[in-house]
Amino acid sequence: MGEPLAVEATGLAKSYGPVSVLAGVDIAVPQGTVFSLLGPNGAGKTTTVRILATLLRPDRGQARVAGFDIARERRQVRRSISLTGQYAAVDELQTGEENLRMMARLAGLDRRAARRRAAELLDRFDLTGAARRRVGTYSGGMRRRLDLAASLVVQPSVIFLDEPTTGLDPRSRLAMWQVVTDLVGSGMTVFLTTQYLEEADRLADKISLIDAGRVVAEGTPAELKQRFADQRLELHLVDGSAYEEVVRRLGPRAIATNPAQLSVSTATDGTALHIRALLDEVDPDHTAVRRFAVHTATLDDVFLALTGHTATSPEKETADV
Amino acid sequence: MSDTLTMVGRCVRLSTRNIEAMMTALFLPVMLLLLFVYLFGGAIDTGTKYVTYVVPGVILLCAGWSSATTAVTVSQDMQGGIIDRFRSMDIGGVSVLSGHVAASIARNAASTVLVLGVALLVGFRPDAGPLAWLGAVGILLAFVLAITWLAAAIGLLAKTPEAASGFTFFVAFLPYPSSAFVPIDTMPGWLQGFARHQPVTPVTETVRGLLLDLPVGNNAWWALAWCGGIAAMSVILSAVLFQRRIR
Repeated sequence: MGEPLAVEATGLAKSYGPVSVLAGVDIAVPQGTVFSLLGPNGAGKTTTVRILATLLRPDRGQARVAGFDIARERRQVRRSISLTGQYAAVDELQTGEENLRMMARLAGLDRRAARRRAAELLDRFDLTGAARRRVGTYSGGMRRRLDLAASLVVQPSVIFLDEPTTGLDPRSRLAMWQVVTDLVGSGMTVFLTTQYLEEADRLADKISLIDAGRVVAEGTPAELKQRFADQRLELHLVDGSAYEEVVRRLGPRAIATNPAQLSVSTATDGTALHIRALLDEVDPDHTAVRRFAVHTATLDDVFLALTGHTATSPEKETADV
Repeated sequence: MSDTLTMVGRCVRLSTRNIEAMMTALFLPVMLLLLFVYLFGGAIDTGTKYVTYVVPGVILLCAGWSSATTAVTVSQDMQGGIIDRFRSMDIGGVSVLSGHVAASIARNAASTVLVLGVALLVGFRPDAGPLAWLGAVGILLAFVLAITWLAAAIGLLAKTPEAASGFTFFVAFLPYPSSAFVPIDTMPGWLQGFARHQPVTPVTETVRGLLLDLPVGNNAWWALAWCGGIAAMSVILSAVLFQRRIR
């Protein structure tokens, strides 16, 4: 454990009146890695980011970001980080280039350096063609790229990305993932929040699952999958009554139920012994199960196993898991 | 200081690109001037030509309306993500708001020039030397500065841009019960006390006095005291409110 930590938080708590948003969150992110805080809407992801970025004071707990205390060394923290929030922090009535030059000037670059930096960033984020257009005319993906570019006018040591791909179409999302991957290549620490399991799985070195203001699990994507759900047995049933019978027998072990397709899944270690025993248990007469399949668990399964609900909207997730 | 200049550049740019707001800021004052001169003017006896009497009032009225724009844009800024970015870059509240205030002064300067131009066309004949003009411009500037900072503070305080716009209604109405449009003597007695002792009256009287070469008396000091007080209070309030938003 010799690596220095870029973000280190212990016991962060925050409430608004009687509503507890964070109930004691611990986080440790080694330098130069991608960390993902994964959880559903309202889990406390944005609150955590805002506290770490010194925009919000926690009620309890301490945190150090880039080696500085967020309460006592706010100014140094602010010099070491950049934040890309959920809502594009750029002016729609300014052009892409003007936005970047403004941010570069505010970051302390002189006029000429700001102009040069803006041009570099526009090029790097594939926005040169749109540089002189007002941001109001940009697509969602372009806006996010510009927003991210704006947070990179000076090289921060820790960059916070709060749901960088929420609301983007699949192609823009892929482009964003590539950008994040490149950032880490340049030595930055990336702190990313997302409600997409696939995103955390793809990008993060380490994930913390957060639900209702608590970290419910942490580890690498592979560890989490292995620890909590490993393999998943998917059963396709012959008819509605068979489906109901099997779901009843599985009880709380049933995950990803889908009545429309008469399918239900449950966790397994993947051994023949366990699968045979499971099949015998839920289908003693050997008439209910038409087909079965064994899948390697997804992070959805982990999430479900831990919290009893999926990370994103329930109807959508259960339908296509 | 350089942050403030950058913010001024930002707000002036944003302001000139908001075409509707810009049109309103420029043409509403002219409309109001013509409205007062040709519709109400005939019925109001001020002892002089009404256009001569009403020009300072129209300029102040429009400064009030224009401050609503500042309150709304500050409030919109606070709602969008950009303030979080400025804050996470350690940009101070006074810098951010100075940008809005400077943009408002620029808008007001443009509309004031336009109003004066149209007023001259319809018969306004000021009688002022260069020093008096300078004084009048200075007092107007102080007034715009004061109510714009007040509007900026209101923009910070308001939860939504709509609420911010509502609050400034009061500022926009302040010129009516003053000597801006009708002589105070013609008002009911209970209103005269308020009208004589509210900030718009000394400002109006000073500007009118300077432009028409009439005695100004203590009005100039009263005007400066009011404007200075309101501005100082608002700047301090803004700085505190901006910090406070970090809850």
